[in-house]
Amino acid sequence: MATEKKRETYFESMVKQGYSRRDFMRFATYMAAYMGLSTSAVGQIADALENKPRVPVIWDHYQECTCCSESFIRSDHPLVADIILDKISLDYTLTLMAPSGDQAEKSKHDTMKKYHGEYILCVEGSVPLGDDGQYCCIAGRTALDILKEAAEGAKAIIAWGSCASNGCVQAAYPNPTQATPIHKIIKDKPIIRVPGCPPIGEVMAGVIVHVVTFGRLPELDRLNRPKAFYAKRVHDSCYRRPYYDAGLFAETFDDENAKKGYCLYKVGCKGPMTYNACGSIKWNNGVSYPIQSGHGCIGCSEDDFWDNGPLYERLTKLPGFGIEATADKVGKIAVGAVTAGVAVHAIASTIAKKKAVSRRISKGRENDENLDI
Amino acid sequence: MAERIVVDPITRIEGHLRIEAEVKDGKIVDAWSSCTMVRGLENIVRGRDPRDVWAFVQRTCGVCTSIHALTSVRAVEDALDIAVPPNAEMVRNLMVAALYEHDHVVHFYHLHALDWVDVVSSLKADPVETSRIAQSISKWPKSSPGYFSDLQKRLTKFVESGQLGIFANGYWGHPQMKLPPEVNLIGVAHYLEALEWQKEIVKVHTIFGGKNPHPNFLVGGMACAINTEDPGGLNAERLAYVRRLLEDGKRFIEQVYIPDLMAIASYYKDWGAIGKGFGNYMSYGEYPTNGYADISSFKFQPGVILDRDLTKVHEVNHRNDDIQEFVNNSWYDYSGDGNAGKHPWEGETNINYTGPKPPYKNLDVDQKYSFIKTPRWKGKPMEVGPLARVLVNFVKGDKETQEEVNAVLKTLDVPVDALFSTLGRTAARAICAKLSSRWALGFYDQLILNIKNGDSRMANMEKWEPSTWPAEAKGVGFAEAPRGALAHWIVIKDGKTANYQQVVPSTWNASPRDPKGQRSAYESTLLGTPVADNNLPLEIIRTIHSFDPCIACSVHLYDEHGKHITQVDNISVCTI
Repeated sequence: MATEKKRETYFESMVKQGYSRRDFMRFATYMAAYMGLSTSAVGQIADALENKPRVPVIWDHYQECTCCSESFIRSDHPLVADIILDKISLDYTLTLMAPSGDQAEKSKHDTMKKYHGEYILCVEGSVPLGDDGQYCCIAGRTALDILKEAAEGAKAIIAWGSCASNGCVQAAYPNPTQATPIHKIIKDKPIIRVPGCPPIGEVMAGVIVHVVTFGRLPELDRLNRPKAFYAKRVHDSCYRRPYYDAGLFAETFDDENAKKGYCLYKVGCKGPMTYNACGSIKWNNGVSYPIQSGHGCIGCSEDDFWDNGPLYERLTKLPGFGIEATADKVGKIAVGAVTAGVAVHAIASTIAKKKAVSRRISKGRENDENLDI
Repeated sequence: MAERIVVDPITRIEGHLRIEAEVKDGKIVDAWSSCTMVRGLENIVRGRDPRDVWAFVQRTCGVCTSIHALTSVRAVEDALDIAVPPNAEMVRNLMVAALYEHDHVVHFYHLHALDWVDVVSSLKADPVETSRIAQSISKWPKSSPGYFSDLQKRLTKFVESGQLGIFANGYWGHPQMKLPPEVNLIGVAHYLEALEWQKEIVKVHTIFGGKNPHPNFLVGGMACAINTEDPGGLNAERLAYVRRLLEDGKRFIEQVYIPDLMAIASYYKDWGAIGKGFGNYMSYGEYPTNGYADISSFKFQPGVILDRDLTKVHEVNHRNDDIQEFVNNSWYDYSGDGNAGKHPWEGETNINYTGPKPPYKNLDVDQKYSFIKTPRWKGKPMEVGPLARVLVNFVKGDKETQEEVNAVLKTLDVPVDALFSTLGRTAARAICAKLSSRWALGFYDQLILNIKNGDSRMANMEKWEPSTWPAEAKGVGFAEAPRGALAHWIVIKDGKTANYQQVVPSTWNASPRDPKGQRSAYESTLLGTPVADNNLPLEIIRTIHSFDPCIACSVHLYDEHGKHITQVDNISVCTI
């Protein structure tokens, strides 16, 4: 409907808020960098931001802990959190919106009606299907009912975090409420899965701005995750990887090897089976990430990670494979992949990388032989 | 005749909360608080490695992130009799302090301020007068007429765009909005500045715990090894980073948060007599400085105050039957007498939703009406939170707390009684943040002194292996979450978690009535609250927000055959 013409563009909005053209171009450059694009894409992003209208966003909360919303407001760049909030016209979010009750629901329904087919639906949380969905009600309606209604008029859906992407902690055994990720409920809309507990703030901002900038979804992997952020394992971008390759490991927490920053594989690090950007983008504007701060990766962006074995148990306890193969096998099981072979994800996308992987596997097997299992 | 009004969803909180209230002659005469979401975390952690449980229950809440993890490792350490090294204790204190600073500031500006600050009115402010007021209350540098003028232009254009986003349908122009336009403009300016600042203070968590939200913890200490001579551990650069963050945090709280609170509160002094409640307060205590076992060393002291009696503090005991939970009005069944209470170590949670079939307009409040259970201390309802923390310290004679409280009372020119109110709760939160930001520098200095003296231990791994554990052990871990008294109870059998229960702050405050018909804090404090317009629930959300709700839901348990299990207890879901 005739909603486009009234809405101001990002560029107009930024100028109104006192930002210069230079600021704007820097923003576009950050976006390009964070979406893994070359500098030639900067112009394209700038053009899109200048000329496209602002996209309304509805952000629903179901079974969740709000860590995704918290992470989102931690985003340092692209630009600052308040600008991002303004850019996307965040019309409904239980966490931040001014009105409550009927007035809150009015905001949502106004947007669903006025921008039918145009708004982005962001979902934080899983949907309980147990007991007719009565384990999560908002304004007297079930999350299931609310999701179906909101999804119907959405242009695209973003599944924030592990709750919406794979059910997360409430879906761990025995999943008492039948907590269900949204892609198992909504089948007729494009859904971007952005797993992690929570996802990195800058990744969340990057995904949403990609969608509103280009007017299309970012390129996704076979699990519908944005390749820009989920193509590599934490293991592959970990600065402690040389210690792993050299067979140097912390034996337990706070031992001499831990103090030297050796690899945490033997104290349970799930980095070898976890696809995420923690090692490259890091957390909270690049300050650190779990491994850098001495604790292994718990694999929070992988499907069913809560049931992938104890946190402090190393992956090699699964029999029959060397470290690397084992790690990939576990990862493959975790993500439900069926393709045979090692490293099914993007790390094997080029021959050169395949060779590198092969070398690492050999090295990993050598290391494995040195481990006192 | 009374009219029933419903507020669902309550926004700017964590979780799913619904309030139903009866209004008669412009005042609330009765109220019911209901949590409408459940996940079942406590059931999920049964059978798992106790060393892993902190990560599961940390996901209870992503807003007060870290405090559930800390409480969990404390419970396991209590059960297994593990003392953590002094460095780990200080690092944990620093993380709690950073959490308080973050959580209280975000609550004030992003979750509570829009109940008091009229965004639209700020468009009419005179920037010169705004600057004069700002400079008269604080030395915070961003206070020039030009600064406020630029902001006002941004806001004007934002409003003119017609897309108001999170500000659409707010309570702008409501008769209860009483700030002059200039103070509103200061409020909006600092709303935006606080949004920028909040992502900085959490970096304390990132340095020690690797990420925020949901930093990592460890049974026995912390995982962030110290090595001042190697890039692999906490070294001088990392520690200097923490120091800078703590100083910035303290400055923001002292120069922005506190002056804003006082300026805004001075226009709402009538709220010092609204939202009083029953007057029982409980704090578990926080910030150990000489080992978690030495409660006398806590900076925030534990204790109970009854009937607003500021002469006596009663002792808290987590291990006897003083604390019990009831389900007479909650969607659970108990074996045996359904009206009897159970101590969390013996608790059981059999979910049984008997509320109306969705979609529904009203709950049947004569029946069970919430997923939250009802905890009681010696049979009495307790209010928990920053006000309880401050009052207990105040009565126990903590000089710093007394100075801060007296300063607030003096500046606002209100009596001590004004503390027992919606306004008092909001002011006490700011006092907690200020004290925490000051004490954090002390914890930091103690950490540095320890390292300087050659102690680099960060984790006690002597009892890491389950083979060193007794066949059966029970433990309780407690903490003062930003929102109040929090405890986890664990039973360990044969190296596994046999039972796990959480009673979280919002369980105390948001729960339904007990078998004696006694209201919990939300329901009690809403009584007598004026309501100017039944269609606009501004006054209700002011009082509810003064608690900073983090809605706890209860676990319900089924075994793999779909049968109810009678063991585990409450599950909390605190979502902002």
